[in-house]
Amino acid sequence: MSDDLRDTFFLECFELLEVLESGLLDLSNGDAEDPDDTIAAIFRAVHSVKGGAGAFALDGLVRLAHKFETVLDAIRERRLQLSPDVMKVCHSSSDALSDRVKAEQSGEPVDEARETELIAALSALLGAEEEEDEDASLGGFTPLAIDLPGGDGEQDAGPIALQIDDPEPEPEAAGFKIEWAPNAAFFSRGGEVTRIIRALATLGDVETSCNGEDVPPLDAVTPDAPILRWVIEVATDVADEEIREIFEFAMDDGEVRIGPIETAAAAPQDADAEGQGSPGVEPAPSAGTAPIESPPQTAAATPPAAREMPMEREVAKESQQKKSPPSTPKQTIRVDLDRVEQLINLVGELVINQAMLAQRLDGVDMPHDQAIIDGLDEFRLLTRDIQESVMAIRAQPVKPLFQRMARIVREAAQATGKEVRLSTSGEWTEVDKTIVERLSDPLTHMIRNAVDHGLENGEERIAAGKPSEGVVTLAAAHRSGRIVIEVGDDGGGINRKKVLGVAIQKGIVPADANLSDAEIDSLLFAPGFSTATEVSDLSGRGVGMDVVKKAIQALGGRTSISSRPGFGTTFSISLPLTLAVLDGIVVNIAEQTAVLPLSNIVETLRSETLEVKSVGSDSKVVLVRGVSVPVIDIGVELGFREPLTTLEDKVFVIVENHEGDTHAMVVDQIIDQRQVVIKGLEANYGETKGVSAATILGDGRIALILDVDVLVEDSRNLNTPLAMAMTG
Amino acid sequence: MKALTVLAIDDSRTMRELLRRALTDRGFEVEVAVDGLDGLEALERSEPNVVITDINMPRMDGFGFIEAVRKGEVSRRVPILALTTESAPELRQRARDAGATGWIVKPFDPEKLAGVIRRVAA
Repeated sequence: MSDDLRDTFFLECFELLEVLESGLLDLSNGDAEDPDDTIAAIFRAVHSVKGGAGAFALDGLVRLAHKFETVLDAIRERRLQLSPDVMKVCHSSSDALSDRVKAEQSGEPVDEARETELIAALSALLGAEEEEDEDASLGGFTPLAIDLPGGDGEQDAGPIALQIDDPEPEPEAAGFKIEWAPNAAFFSRGGEVTRIIRALATLGDVETSCNGEDVPPLDAVTPDAPILRWVIEVATDVADEEIREIFEFAMDDGEVRIGPIETAAAAPQDADAEGQGSPGVEPAPSAGTAPIESPPQTAAATPPAAREMPMEREVAKESQQKKSPPSTPKQTIRVDLDRVEQLINLVGELVINQAMLAQRLDGVDMPHDQAIIDGLDEFRLLTRDIQESVMAIRAQPVKPLFQRMARIVREAAQATGKEVRLSTSGEWTEVDKTIVERLSDPLTHMIRNAVDHGLENGEERIAAGKPSEGVVTLAAAHRSGRIVIEVGDDGGGINRKKVLGVAIQKGIVPADANLSDAEIDSLLFAPGFSTATEVSDLSGRGVGMDVVKKAIQALGGRTSISSRPGFGTTFSISLPLTLAVLDGIVVNIAEQTAVLPLSNIVETLRSETLEVKSVGSDSKVVLVRGVSVPVIDIGVELGFREPLTTLEDKVFVIVENHEGDTHAMVVDQIIDQRQVVIKGLEANYGETKGVSAATILGDGRIALILDVDVLVEDSRNLNTPLAMAMTG
Repeated sequence: MKALTVLAIDDSRTMRELLRRALTDRGFEVEVAVDGLDGLEALERSEPNVVITDINMPRMDGFGFIEAVRKGEVSRRVPILALTTESAPELRQRARDAGATGWIVKPFDPEKLAGVIRRVAA
């Protein structure tokens, strides 16, 4: 079996599993618009998985899918009620099916015990009904590997039903005589007498006659009415199975009698067709009998049925034009990601070029020409539209990602013994593909965190007057050109006293620190912070929210927390729509232009309002509302200039690195805030410390995009780590 | 000899691809459609010699498709083979009642499938 077909199968499986999972989720949340439709869709999904699995002889997958499908079928046909218990088994089956597909793809072993358990649970749901059904349906479904011949045309047919050279000797080797009276059903199913005769003709010479005795007057004739009886003689030495095979689908639709050709004397009793006799003997013409010419040997000589009725076809064409075309399903094509990336790059260039052109023309003293102005305007709008459309190619809804989280919630709920429901919204919000992929881990962690630490246990909830079932919410939305994803819980909120205590104990903040609620909350993101007093199987130790924050920052995103005691906690992630553009502020440093990513920036302050203190020989700190913030002179760090003696007339950009430490970056001037197209530097310059990429500004100048984390790291190595950064 | 054209209707990409390969390798021209409605549209565009259709499909299932073809004016005599994993006779019968010429049980043996197609399209 060719590998790409296998790939297609697994790819499709994962899509089907998404349909399954989202359908089940909608059903359990009561979000399904039309539950019957949803049930039908998930049934089809499992059914298709089974169908494909059968073709690839993935017996284990077939077994599980089959059992699951049988249950879904029972639900679909309302033989089984979709109770919460049934729903639970369905969710588990969906998870197991997903695991099984992954295992089949990777060749890794599956948890057979769990699967067996599930199959038993599914069987239990079916109860007595299954006993009778089971053997028939699975028995009929024998997985059969299809061996596709390769390009060299080798016909490895596997089991062939046609036994061409059946050695069974037929005494009357002359051939077969078939008496046949097709009924109306035969015609209503697209049957054609000529096709059958043609198929017979491939076995040997055919002599056909037709008894038209029952033909009514012409005005009473309808094309489909069963009015003719046929006698067909085939001179062949094949076995009668082959003849029967040709009549396979016609057997039930009329009378068919197949027997050996007899000698002319022994005429059939009931068929008063006169065309009997040995081949070659012209039947005596008589009333009601018309000899039919033997059809040509090749199938292609006669066009298909529709062509035989030119009138009907013309009518059909006409009605077809009047009819509006039925809506087609969404068409998709698969494109190499490299090509899309290339396109995005080129569009980036286009946007920059357009901006440059516009800026240059602005400065040129040109005669006022409305056509040119309009043309440029059109150009600008088109460029923007193209950019948006191209970015949309990479955009994907977060729905599949959210669906995966449903499973995380279920598993976390099981591990903690809490009752938890996941409520999602904004699943159709689209985000750049790369971002969606890289959100999976941080979200998983946040969801587990919400279940593990956010939600109280059932007793505590009931004591607090809440339903015992906790709710974890997962929401996505577009907000001012960014994506905001929120993970919330309706738990007890952050225990700030405990958090502060832990932070002090771990030396994250000094014992006498006086922190606001928001500052305490943000301690959850501090490295090394974990409130789990015992090692939790779930959130684990060592992996804290700081890792989440780091991952989000790597995507150009920001994280924040809000919490209300007794009402729960919400973690928010704000992300750029794509990784190809970046929100930043454009600054001047020692006559160089640079861009600082907005995701790192806390605030900007003018130097004259602040007190700068020297610490040691060449380190400085600036007091921001009483807190010492280490100063980093980017100009010096990047080698643009020598250290300055005074920081007057400068601007401090207060930045936060991935560890949550704040630093004050010294720049000469802030030019503006804008979205810039990211251009990699590595291809031309290799890795440059402190610089993550570059961009081309509208006026054609090249600006370096600064890497705050690296700059902070570097300055620490240079300076004595005296100034301990404090959040706030 | 002109190649026979087969219209294969299945909502599963894998299945469509399997059918396409199995049949093109055996000398058929293959067109595909993703569900019943798509299949009806394909029938208006071209004149396949045989149609193979899945039963369980979104929008319009195989039964609906077969009935629509048989009731319609276009290609209403085209042989239609119902393709389904269900080997249960009642589903076969339902397909027949809708007007299917015959049926093929999945997973199919490509050689046998080709044989059935050649027969019904002869």
